[in-house]
Amino acid sequence: MSYRLGVDVGGTFTDLLLVDEKTGETKTAKVPSTPDDSSRGVLNGIEKVCAEAGVDPKEITNVMHGTTVATNTVLTNAGAKVGLITTKGFGQVLQIARSFVPGGLGGWVIFNKTDPLAPLECTIEAEERIGTKGDIVSPIDLDDLEKKLKKLKGKYDIEALTISFINSFANGAHEVKARKLAQKIFTDIPISISSEVIPEMQEYERTETTVVNSYIRPVVSKYMRNLHKETKKRMKDVQLHVLRSDGGLSSVESAENAPVNLLMSGPAGGVAGAIWIAEKAGYKNLLTFDMGGTSTDVALVQNSSPLKRRETRVADVTVRASSIDVRTCGAGGGSIAYSPELTKSLRVGPQSAGAVPGPAAYAKGGEEPTVTDANVALGYLPSSSKLGGDMVIDSNLAKKSVEKIASAMDLKVMNAAEGIYNIVNENMFGALRLVSVEQGHDPRDFALIAFGGAGPLHANALGKLTGSWPVIIPPGPGVLCAYGDATTRVRNEASRSFIRTFPQTSDKEVNKILKELAERSAKELDAEGVSRKDQTTTYEIDVRYHGQGLVLTIETDAKKFAKGGLSAVAKEFDKMHEQMYTFALDHDQELVNLRAIQQGKPTKVKAERVGKGSGEPKEAVIESTNVFVDGKNRKAKIYDRSLLKSGHSIPGPAIVTEMDSTTLILPDHVGKVDGFGNILINPSKSSGKSTSSSRTSKSKTSKRKAAKKKAPKRKVAKKVAKKKIAKKKVAKKKAPKRKVASKKSKKSKSRKR
Amino acid sequence: MAAKIIQGNNKKFKKVKLDLVTLDLIENALKNARWEMDAVLFRTAMSPGIREQHDEFPMIANNDGKMVVGQFGSFIYGFIEGYEGTIEEGDIFLTNDPYSCRGAISHLPDWLVLQPIFKDHRVIAWSAMFGHMTDVGGKVPGSLPVDSNQIYEEGIMIPPTKIYKKGKLNSEILELILHNCRLPEWNRADFNALIAALRIAEKRCIEIADRFGDDYFIEAMEQMLDRNKRAMSAIIGMFVPEKKAYFEDYICDDGIGMGPYKVACTLHRDKNGVAVFDFEGTDPQSMSSVNFMLNEEMFKMFLGAFTINIFDPQILFNDGFYDLVDVRIPAGTILKPMKPASLSSRTHMLGRIFDIMGGLLGQGAPDALNAAGFSDSPHFMYSGYDKHGEWFQLYQIGFGGIPGRPVGDGPDGHSLWPSFTNVPNEFLEAYFPLRIDTYESIADSGGAGLHRGGNGIRLGYRFLEPGEISIHDDRWLTYPWGVNGGTPGGRSNKILRRADGTEELMPAKKDHIKVEKDDVLFFNTWGGGGWGDPFKRPAEKVAKDVERGLVSFDGAKRYGVVLNKDGSVDNDETEKLRKKLSDERGDVKLFDFGFTSIDELKARCKEETSFDPPKAPVFQKWHQVAAQKLREAAE
Repeated sequence: MSYRLGVDVGGTFTDLLLVDEKTGETKTAKVPSTPDDSSRGVLNGIEKVCAEAGVDPKEITNVMHGTTVATNTVLTNAGAKVGLITTKGFGQVLQIARSFVPGGLGGWVIFNKTDPLAPLECTIEAEERIGTKGDIVSPIDLDDLEKKLKKLKGKYDIEALTISFINSFANGAHEVKARKLAQKIFTDIPISISSEVIPEMQEYERTETTVVNSYIRPVVSKYMRNLHKETKKRMKDVQLHVLRSDGGLSSVESAENAPVNLLMSGPAGGVAGAIWIAEKAGYKNLLTFDMGGTSTDVALVQNSSPLKRRETRVADVTVRASSIDVRTCGAGGGSIAYSPELTKSLRVGPQSAGAVPGPAAYAKGGEEPTVTDANVALGYLPSSSKLGGDMVIDSNLAKKSVEKIASAMDLKVMNAAEGIYNIVNENMFGALRLVSVEQGHDPRDFALIAFGGAGPLHANALGKLTGSWPVIIPPGPGVLCAYGDATTRVRNEASRSFIRTFPQTSDKEVNKILKELAERSAKELDAEGVSRKDQTTTYEIDVRYHGQGLVLTIETDAKKFAKGGLSAVAKEFDKMHEQMYTFALDHDQELVNLRAIQQGKPTKVKAERVGKGSGEPKEAVIESTNVFVDGKNRKAKIYDRSLLKSGHSIPGPAIVTEMDSTTLILPDHVGKVDGFGNILINPSKSSGKSTSSSRTSKSKTSKRKAAKKKAPKRKVAKKVAKKKIAKKKVAKKKAPKRKVASKKSKKSKSRKR
Repeated sequence: MAAKIIQGNNKKFKKVKLDLVTLDLIENALKNARWEMDAVLFRTAMSPGIREQHDEFPMIANNDGKMVVGQFGSFIYGFIEGYEGTIEEGDIFLTNDPYSCRGAISHLPDWLVLQPIFKDHRVIAWSAMFGHMTDVGGKVPGSLPVDSNQIYEEGIMIPPTKIYKKGKLNSEILELILHNCRLPEWNRADFNALIAALRIAEKRCIEIADRFGDDYFIEAMEQMLDRNKRAMSAIIGMFVPEKKAYFEDYICDDGIGMGPYKVACTLHRDKNGVAVFDFEGTDPQSMSSVNFMLNEEMFKMFLGAFTINIFDPQILFNDGFYDLVDVRIPAGTILKPMKPASLSSRTHMLGRIFDIMGGLLGQGAPDALNAAGFSDSPHFMYSGYDKHGEWFQLYQIGFGGIPGRPVGDGPDGHSLWPSFTNVPNEFLEAYFPLRIDTYESIADSGGAGLHRGGNGIRLGYRFLEPGEISIHDDRWLTYPWGVNGGTPGGRSNKILRRADGTEELMPAKKDHIKVEKDDVLFFNTWGGGGWGDPFKRPAEKVAKDVERGLVSFDGAKRYGVVLNKDGSVDNDETEKLRKKLSDERGDVKLFDFGFTSIDELKARCKEETSFDPPKAPVFQKWHQVAAQKLREAAE
């Protein structure tokens, strides 16, 4: 017998999922997390899940792990003291950064810049120069560098070293030489070089990324090694894999060398889990919505594959590393609502009450009104003692805190609470728009899947704003991430910048580079014991119009590229550009980066099923309560989620509770339970067209008609309008999206000459 | 005559009652739309000035043309007043002529597009955006000739023109315009990008109106304007005393031998609570292109941006408070030049306006006073033919030191302009025949203070092909002043090191400088002024700055800090020096300009800068006559 194990370390709980490799049967366990050293919680969990399943830990062959250790190192400023070697004349590359000051006009008045992660005093400059095409302008002076390195070592206690030279994306030879020398002087600290971590153009971003890599490397390394050692003790031939920001898995070794790829490991697990469970429910196009205590993460999934981005952001640190395009907004259960005296407007977040003192309702001394307090005041988060749990929820304290907003804005308490609820929803809607409409996707073509502690409380409302139906609430938001970890494939990628306009290069030349990258990437997977026949390769080509700043990523593979070459890439790029920006240009396209992605084969995992039921689940009703929606008090029932069965149907308004989350179903909506225990919320038939806020939905139909009648004068506007109408019509039939798009692009290709 | 707006549906909007929360929801949605305009533009534009450096400004206005989201204030009202013709559904206007829109845009490279947003055949809003084109023709690559005497020398002038007429692109006009530019493909792409951004705004406004109802959308914008007015009224009451404050500052020269040009301004609050800015006493317009046609509304917006941020940074400041500010600019001065004065190099004066505003407001609230900052966007231009015979042309904006402020030290080499970023040096090297020899901040260029001014930048351009360069900068003679005891920041300078090793200092404003392969230009910008008493800055902080190379070993003495050889603080010597310097200085000054009078400054000009002092600017007869006629007409 052999097993694989998915492990997700959350802030409160560590969730584990044990999968029988042969049958796909699963077992889950939940243990408290141990924030001081999270590997202890993991090991406790392993013991527990094995004991409960009657499995000998030695039978576990693969452990897949999503971790927030890299993220937390950045968030808590707990990283290493980093030394930096740059090209002469560029030592202040991080000090000057991109000269950017956030905020609008006058934003500089209140902006305080944080110090670089590699302090200036620990930065030295090497005599060397590489040209933009990789040519050696002046060779590296190693004697000079040796002196500087020795001085650096003598003076500062450096824990990790970074080497980032100008134009090393085109030729890393000098960085390699410098590392060889540095290894002789700094014998016991990790050294990261930019041409290996991220061989892409733009010196600030490349240097920052490599420095962040150095910054988190010792901490991540220590954690990984420790966990690896301990798991090895218990499980003889176990392979430990770590979930990367881009949703792939990497070996312990590559995680240790390039931890910058793990900054989004935690959220990636959630997205992977959401994809997996939604697929079971029959949905492949998703908006994921993960709302926690201080922030909300959203992402877009198309055909079961998450959109990715060549950038990862944690707090005010931005690095160039592939990650699932997760957008974070500072809106969570703990976000504080306030009303500036001068403008008397209502603002929510980004300040958060955090865990201490937390929302007022938790009675731990918090007094500021938070989103959670609004939820409690509105009755969405019930405070009844019958619900059990360790958490105290005091409705009076919640209302008292909201009273502050109410009096500042001259509103009734309940209206103020609903205002907070609506404003925070609007903020999160903003984040969902970033991943959908702003990238050319219509959110109405997607289902919305919600998780995280607070997600299910706001999901129905977000569904109304985005028009994304159904809203899916999977069971057990914690274990969802563990599912994600366990079902992820081993993945690795290799990339390089290759800046040429299409006429300046050839299919042959590009193909050669792609093949080399694929081979480099495959070797990593070999090392993880994935045989070549189980590996698949895809290519990504970053393209723009020559002279443009953006890049769009075109996916292809060896077969497709052999057939269509660069001309097919160019066509696809034009199409994509037009979809996103309403126009295409008659310019030469330009290659920017080439990437090869190598993946192992997918795992078989069976989802747990729930029993069958039908109609309204009377037996699951715990009690009746009041909720305040759209300015009115309404009667609602509270249901126990653990008693819900497949086929059950819950009319809103209703509340569904389980151990670690609470779901709100709004009036005029209905929640249906599917075979895997997911609750699928849709507008109820009687209410029909509830795709927008209730006040305006009345006028909606007539408006739509008017829009149809109105003959928009401008070409593009017409197309967009048409597309919308067409989509509305076919939405139910699920007409293949591509057709609509291609039709659109054919007609509207109005190239200018 | 005013423009005629033709609507297919003339139904009036209903007055509706709007709750505060819906108002906030609509405000948020408009805010998102405005950011989305930026995002679309950055991604699709081609000139480095827009795509990398973000030299552009979007706006959404209400159905009356009042700006509800944006930064530079609305010019739509002025445009409607001045345009003779019809405005119809599907029309989009293009202009770059400051004289046709009362200075809403202030030189020809800024292309402004604007469109009425129709929904159900009624105007529900306006969107507009302008971006800086790398070239619009004229006598010098980059279209910013320092020495031009009339605007006709500065490139093609486009009066407000329907570039889209009822939804159809007027391609002949567009081609005619592009034909006059040196880099037509960049202009075309940037133009497309601007239009794409307008369309995003249009789409979003229609969606928002759809979601909440047209009448609610209109009402929300109305209330956003009101809300601003209330907030600004309170701010003016707090910040602007009834007692008149006076401030003056300068741009150093006009590139043709005259200067410094003084901008004088008084500020007081009148009986009605209106803040009055009066620029009486400002120097005459220049015969070169350094004139800045200051739009009064834009100036009000700057004021809003400066102050409202402090109280509710999330608010969208807008046109709502215009009645509360009165801006008086005498015609014929450098801030209101008479046509056909050249305007292209207005960037120095535009930046300086912020220092003037800071200096004026700060007298009413010294605690909130900032030092003089990097009040400019110096330009560097380089053009020629590369080894393949292809024309290349670079326009780049430089950055310097943010001043010391009440909140802390000024960042080194940063931008005072919102969303501006530098051009990555690797990008420069990949696309232009350049190698960057050095890119670092200049130690000691930030003014000393309790909060240090940010350092300027030293950017060393090595030219790999022969060509021509232009330099446009300022503060080579006057200083970025310090406040509350802080000292001025360092001046700018430009050094051209020829391939044979000889060095020459270059003036701050000059076009057509010939360069050869392996010549290196050191473009050194200036620092920010210091804030607060430098002798009170913790000595350890000064030592840290020295260790980091941001302040030199000797430069520490400006803070009265004496260091040991190993870089640690010599406490005894420091205490002694601080006592001595502080006694010599006496009480801290509110402003430290670095000179006592312009004459005194000019007297040491040659010695300190190697250049002869510029001559005092004088009024030209025709300016005076033209200005007088204008005043009479107004009366």
